[in-house]
Amino acid sequence: MNTRDLSVHLKTLVVGVAAAMALALAGCGKKDEAIKIGHAGPLTGPVAHLGKDNENGVRLALDEANAAGVTIGGQKATFSMQSEDDQADPKQGPIVAQKLVDAKVAGVIGHLNSGTTIPASKIYHDAGLAQISPSATNVTYTHQGFKTAFRVMANDAQQGKVLGDYAVHKLGAKNIAIIDDRSAYGQGLADEFEKAAKAAGGQIVTREFTGTDKTDFNAILTSIKGKNADLIFYGGMDSQAGPMMKQIKNLGISSKFLTGDGGQTAEFLKLAGDAGEGAYASSPGVPLDKMPGGKAFADKYKAKFNIEIQLYAPYAYDSANVLLEAMKKADSTDPAKYLPILAGITFQGVTGNIAFDENGDIKGGSISLYQAKGGKWEYLDTIGG
Amino acid sequence: MDIFLQQILNGLVLGSVYALVALGYTMVYGILGLINFAHGEVVMVGALVSLSVIEVLLGANLGIPAPLVGVMALVVAISVCMALGFSIERVAYRPLRRAPRLAPLITAIGVSILLQTVAMLIWGRRYHTVPALIPPTPHTFAGATITNVQILIIVVSALIMAGLMGLVHFTRLGRAMRATAENPVVAGLMGVNINRIISATFVIGSALAAIAGVLVSSNYGIAHYYMGFVLGLKAFTAAVLGGIGNLPGAMLGGLLLGLIESLGAGYVGDLTGGFLGSHYQDVFAFLVLIMVLVFRPTGLLGERVSERA
Repeated sequence: MNTRDLSVHLKTLVVGVAAAMALALAGCGKKDEAIKIGHAGPLTGPVAHLGKDNENGVRLALDEANAAGVTIGGQKATFSMQSEDDQADPKQGPIVAQKLVDAKVAGVIGHLNSGTTIPASKIYHDAGLAQISPSATNVTYTHQGFKTAFRVMANDAQQGKVLGDYAVHKLGAKNIAIIDDRSAYGQGLADEFEKAAKAAGGQIVTREFTGTDKTDFNAILTSIKGKNADLIFYGGMDSQAGPMMKQIKNLGISSKFLTGDGGQTAEFLKLAGDAGEGAYASSPGVPLDKMPGGKAFADKYKAKFNIEIQLYAPYAYDSANVLLEAMKKADSTDPAKYLPILAGITFQGVTGNIAFDENGDIKGGSISLYQAKGGKWEYLDTIGG
Repeated sequence: MDIFLQQILNGLVLGSVYALVALGYTMVYGILGLINFAHGEVVMVGALVSLSVIEVLLGANLGIPAPLVGVMALVVAISVCMALGFSIERVAYRPLRRAPRLAPLITAIGVSILLQTVAMLIWGRRYHTVPALIPPTPHTFAGATITNVQILIIVVSALIMAGLMGLVHFTRLGRAMRATAENPVVAGLMGVNINRIISATFVIGSALAAIAGVLVSSNYGIAHYYMGFVLGLKAFTAAVLGGIGNLPGAMLGGLLLGLIESLGAGYVGDLTGGFLGSHYQDVFAFLVLIMVLVFRPTGLLGERVSERA
């Protein structure tokens, strides 16, 4: 093949590809009338059970909206969910975010972990897409100056403060050991807890670290045992906290155990088994039965999905509904139109009253405390709100 | 001082598991010159299969005593893994025996990913709780605590390693294995059925992997489809540390790596005045490996790979 043949072949190739692309694009056209709502969360990996829980919450909200019949912009609107798996991996979060942006979703409920929500929020902000997280509690998420980032529960500044105070004043801990899993959430919460505990007069005897994929904590727990802490605080998720409790009991450590919302789940109780007895945990908001729409939601959820709620499903449900409400009020699915409405909205969700402050944090968020007793989480107290 | 003893015990438990898995890597490398990356996944399959058997037996409420359920689960897991190891060798590695070294290596990685995905499809993506068949009652002595399961791990690993050494040095099969490891072509000329010996090596290694999988999942109470990857990597590191191809080397490397990890995680924070935290435990372990290889490239006890004329 000489150069002339090559250039002819190349031209043919380009024309062929262009024709194919034109056909494909023509095929796309305006077939899709459903409004896509994006959901991003970990559907695989250690916290897949929580990601699925969120997805179910969003699905329930969208199915109800479709059944009730919603009109937006003069047209009947049907909503569909595009759910993506970010594997709770901070590297995967932006990839999934870009995918949702490219799919032209009208809004995003996600992500679950702070570690994925924060990098993804930049992508959504650049695309001008609204993002409501049902569970990311790290402070940074709403403090980046993004007008697109919202959350429906209290953040870790509040949660850490409540935990730190509680540990020193209510649980009477003087020497505290802190472990975190080095994720944005775990580290952030542990840092806030440390500040608050020190301010309350507690002594931090050691800070140990682990990873989100580790199951062996014997070495760091042994080290803590030697420092005679009367309380161990763990910043991280239930899939680590559960085995950690087992190993604490196996090593004969009698310190109290306190963790944040990442551990306040049924899965923690399952993984820890008998060793989980007596553990303390906090969770933003109030327990399901104290929520205004809690019991009704729990029944609906159980009837539809045939499993118990894990943790954040009510918040995912409310996030989806408040997004839909903003679209209805703005009479448009264009983020540029409904974002200002969303920022100023007041909405009665199943979790309580939802209104956002100038950062996108929820106004009047509260933190509740629980203790594991007899294989169940027993409600202790609510602070704030 | 009692904390030091506790860390040593933690390290021995960890190290015993690494040693069991490292033996599989080292035996295969010694004979074939192949790093069997799928070996960690065989450990995972052993753990998940035994979990399923336990769940079925306990769920059927046949009144079988718990330790017997454990033994039955172990037997099934070992059988499944032996069959798996045999099949992997026949299907993925035997056709590539004469191929350039890179081909079986990539194939091994491919088998590893395949097994992970199949496991994910069968057992799902969640972390599974392993029921405790042996009550993990802690025993305390000299200020250190150890549970029944951990004692079992150390004892079982030690017995198996002794058994393997006995097999390799005092039986006909062992002699044939050593001959094949030294020089497969000449061993073949002397009447050793090379294919059978290689299959036997994979099968024995996989049996060890199954036992390791059952022990690990019992100790931590967790099993999931991704558990084999990091474990396999660390076990391979342990094999290299002790001298690849060298059976006592794999055992020593495994135990040593477990101890280094445990002591590293426990003390690196104190040693560096809080500059480096305990999440650098992996860094610590691999740094030690690099140092050993820099000064002794063939590993601590020297490598033993077959002569390939």
